[in-house]
Amino acid sequence: MTTPIARRRPSPWIRYVEFVIEGLIRVCGLSAIVFILAIFLFIGKEGIGFLLTHLGGMLSSTDWSPTHDTPTFGLVALLVGTVWCVGLSLLVSVPVGLAAAVFLSEFASDRWREFLKVVVELLAAIPSVVWGFIGVMMLNPLLQSAGAQVGLNGLNGAIVLALMTLPLLVSLGEDALRAVPESYRQAAIAMGATKWEMVWRVLLPAARRGLLVAVLLGVGRCVGETMAVLMVTGHAVRIPHSLYDPVRTLTATIAAELGEAVRGGEHYQALFALGILLFFVTFVVNLVADYTVRARRMG
Amino acid sequence: MSQPAPPFVEPLGTRHRRQRLAGLALGAATAVAALPALAIVSFIVWKGWPAISWEFLTEMPVSGMTKGGIQPAIVGTLWLVGVSLLFSVPVGVLAGMYLSEYAGEGWLARVVDLAIVNLAGVPSIVHALFGLGAFVLFLDFGTSILSGGLTLGVMTLPVIITSTKAAMQSVPHNFRVACWNLGATRWQTIWHVVLPNALPGILTGVILQVSRSAGETAPVLFTGAAFYLPILPTSVWDQTMALSMHVFALVTQVPNVTEELKYGTALVLLGVVLCFNSFAIALRYYLRRNRRW
Repeated sequence: MTTPIARRRPSPWIRYVEFVIEGLIRVCGLSAIVFILAIFLFIGKEGIGFLLTHLGGMLSSTDWSPTHDTPTFGLVALLVGTVWCVGLSLLVSVPVGLAAAVFLSEFASDRWREFLKVVVELLAAIPSVVWGFIGVMMLNPLLQSAGAQVGLNGLNGAIVLALMTLPLLVSLGEDALRAVPESYRQAAIAMGATKWEMVWRVLLPAARRGLLVAVLLGVGRCVGETMAVLMVTGHAVRIPHSLYDPVRTLTATIAAELGEAVRGGEHYQALFALGILLFFVTFVVNLVADYTVRARRMG
Repeated sequence: MSQPAPPFVEPLGTRHRRQRLAGLALGAATAVAALPALAIVSFIVWKGWPAISWEFLTEMPVSGMTKGGIQPAIVGTLWLVGVSLLFSVPVGVLAGMYLSEYAGEGWLARVVDLAIVNLAGVPSIVHALFGLGAFVLFLDFGTSILSGGLTLGVMTLPVIITSTKAAMQSVPHNFRVACWNLGATRWQTIWHVVLPNALPGILTGVILQVSRSAGETAPVLFTGAAFYLPILPTSVWDQTMALSMHVFALVTQVPNVTEELKYGTALVLLGVVLCFNSFAIALRYYLRRNRRW
């Protein structure tokens, strides 16, 4: 090779260009922080005043009728509706999802694991409006033939949410189990444990933080889910007494009413106040999840 | 201290039976997790397939959306995804570059990571509120493709940032050291060595972003998507129909829509999303197999 290996010092022009580019990179690097703050600011600007002045009333009433002559903004029924759907769905999806994660990580052959992981990833990509479609077009008649007066109800919402969260739980759970060092497994097997004893007594305790993170992110996902629950939960502001009662969630309320609310009016501000609550809940869930991941890494 | 669990005192036969039983139960759980969803997807394909035709994809909806095709919804989704890409790809790639090459391990990198996790975790309807407040009203873009696309862009930014970061970090450090030793500057190293090697990985993230933003409904509900607008958009200032919004409208808002039309529209949306996603998965698989280091 005849080309000289040592390069000349970069010319001032190149240095200038690099200065600009690197500045741009640093600015964009902080974009995530900027947008999180901007989201907080823009939602806070519209809703925080309302939230602070009305919080007491919101938390002590179950009556959400923002368009009446004397509007009321009782949150309790909406909160219960959200917790109802999310709780019911997690009751099914957490045990099933984590069991499937154990199967994938420990019991399935390599080929099956690869295949199932692709399936799970594709299922996780199904858009939420399609899940809503499934709830309305398929589960609705199914539940009606099972004896429900209206097929669009809390149970429908819970089933849809469970199906939606399962892929997430399986893939995060599998990651958590894979993160347990191979030597743990070998040690247990060498002690004479069967595979199941190894999973139950060694693997699950060792991976419990990672599994907790999977569940937390599943909760966050369920609480924030909008289109599917908007379409399938039946949209009745009331506290459910049976599985077949229709309910309404925080997210669905915003999606359903924001289009009609007068900009800047009380109703509009109330919906932004709901947004603040949702933002806050998912923020805390994510912080706890992140803290748990970090604690695991450190020891 | 509690008593340690007793050693494996039960007879071996019982333990082996339990082991087999556990395997079966876990396998059944896996089936429960995957089969219903797979069955549902197949059912949508089966019911929606008869509706799909060239006319369905290229004609305007007529008589209050109860007949005709879905062309403006498809074109509108292309516009929205295009605008979101124009925003999120440059910003996201540069941000990923920052995290991989410049940020190091300090507290700032930590805060940025945390912000990304939270940005990804914020509910889609909250993104919609943000888009309405920031783009539609504050920046006065109105209800337009621009507002909708930017809202989608902000929402899917974490996808691109994390995949860019991962792709660049997977380029061996030795490559950089070799390049620096030849006298190249930091940016020259990134541009000529790190970026070309990371490009396919970044591309995977971009494809995932397309799939994700094509399927989202809530963020465009109040920022750019129109309920029924049987004309094609001509600029980013127009409102537009969108595929996801169209599924929502057909199922919940419009009376007397035939099942075939509903299933057909849902199938097109599902097809678009799953095609892009499988493409990304295939690309990633191919890259992992052909990695040279």
